[in-house]
Amino acid sequence: MVEKYKRQYGSGLEALSYLGQNYLNVDRTLLPDFLRLMRNEEEFDYCVDITAVHYPKREKQFDIVWILYSFPRNERIRVKTQIKDGESIPSAVSIWPTADWLEREVYDMFGIVFEGHPNLKRILLPDGWQGYPLRKDYDILKQDKQWVQINLGIESGQ
Amino acid sequence: MTDKAMPNAVSHLDPETHKPYLDSNELIINMGPQHPATHGVLRVILKLDGEKVLGTECVIGYLHRGVEKIAENRTYTMFNPYVDRMDYVAAISNGLGYCLAVEKLLNVEAPPRANYIRVILTELNRIASHLLWLGTHALDIGAMTPLFYTFRDREEILKIFEKYCGARLTTHAFRIGGLQYETYAGFEKDVKNFLALLPPKIDEYEALLTGNRIWIERTKNVGVISGKDCIALGVTGPLLRASGVKWDLRKAQPYSGYSDFDFEIPIGQNGDTYDRYIVRMLEMRQSLRIIEQAVNGIPEGAIMAKVPKVIKPPVGEIYQSIEAPKGELGYFIVSDGSTQPYRVRVRPPSFVNLQALDLMVEGMLVADVVAVIGTIDIVLGEVDR
Repeated sequence: MVEKYKRQYGSGLEALSYLGQNYLNVDRTLLPDFLRLMRNEEEFDYCVDITAVHYPKREKQFDIVWILYSFPRNERIRVKTQIKDGESIPSAVSIWPTADWLEREVYDMFGIVFEGHPNLKRILLPDGWQGYPLRKDYDILKQDKQWVQINLGIESGQ
Repeated sequence: MTDKAMPNAVSHLDPETHKPYLDSNELIINMGPQHPATHGVLRVILKLDGEKVLGTECVIGYLHRGVEKIAENRTYTMFNPYVDRMDYVAAISNGLGYCLAVEKLLNVEAPPRANYIRVILTELNRIASHLLWLGTHALDIGAMTPLFYTFRDREEILKIFEKYCGARLTTHAFRIGGLQYETYAGFEKDVKNFLALLPPKIDEYEALLTGNRIWIERTKNVGVISGKDCIALGVTGPLLRASGVKWDLRKAQPYSGYSDFDFEIPIGQNGDTYDRYIVRMLEMRQSLRIIEQAVNGIPEGAIMAKVPKVIKPPVGEIYQSIEAPKGELGYFIVSDGSTQPYRVRVRPPSFVNLQALDLMVEGMLVADVVAVIGTIDIVLGEVDR
């Protein structure tokens, strides 16, 4: 399968494996077509999870990870792509409806914008919250002091 | 699904006649966050036409503690007890998933004896979780007696946990690489006593509910979801199985020695609240079967694999998931080679399953929303993390 797509996409695609788990590094420009291909042609019909990892020292700061599972093949694969801070990524909601809340969580925690998402707003944190907690430069003791003061009427508990 | 995001896109017109459902105005009401039937601090905004639900929006995050951020600031060992606080009625499953994930990252395997004891405790925990679900779900619908019965019998499981590791709910029973504690004297006897105790009790619950006309009226054809929709929405666990998809991670991708045991995957057909009830009842019986095989075959030997004192996995990333009582519970861990995980992502089953609420209650009555929230079996500690 990988060979076929390598021929088609060339250097935009890289297949790797770690401890028996396969993953694909895909160039940002191939999305969302590649994800759609994974579902329609390769039968990865279940999107297990969408998440991100922040590497502040890299030029392309964020890894976006889609963890996919195929019921017919009983197989897992991860699709990864790298983007810069401020760059957006196409939404996968039209491919897997489950992506709705998963993408909202990534937006909430990392501030990554998913283009074409029907309802992209914070999900776990309150709407007026400042900052994106799972970025590495957001310290664990840091919090939105202003929000806490206005909404809870207390000084920061930290 | 996606084109009817709240609040404007929900059509108030009957799709067939293109006329408003009723002449009354639409009503938007809040259910929760403080509401006994939302099983915690879930807030559901209901858009109603009379008693009929036109659309819902879940507001979550009231219990958000930033578990994933905490993980980045703790060592692998220190983070272990935190996972118990996510799905706190199935803490052992959470711990098992995390330990397996870190073991995978370290490329070690727990010894067989540890695996057997892990399986016994995890399956006991599955039964405890289902018993709690059954009691509260029946209470929501109006049957009060099952609550007292299930809590009485769940107590026996919690006693075993307490004797084994000192805690009843947030157990922290497993360690990376195996177990910290050997079983206590009389562990096997306690487990066997429980195996004898529960089957007649399950019969008792079923006598109260399975053929009960009120129960059937309240659950049959309520909150129907098809297997196809379940897969599209990422819904797993008993919900997926009740919709007729025979899929259980313990069979599909066995872990922790589950391939040694004989058991069936119960499935339903209609994907309604009643079928989900039946599936969970059968699952408890299957769990008993697994425990029976495990407790009669606990091998001798070490309970801890050779794991370094300071856990420093090599650079890399893995995803490991298990079949938790509520569905697929996954851990995605990125290691940068230090003693602290670079990133821990928890894939919580409750969070993903809750997304199906909107589809399941559309067009139903307000009272059915209560039944459907109950049948999804959410734990807000896990939804919000």
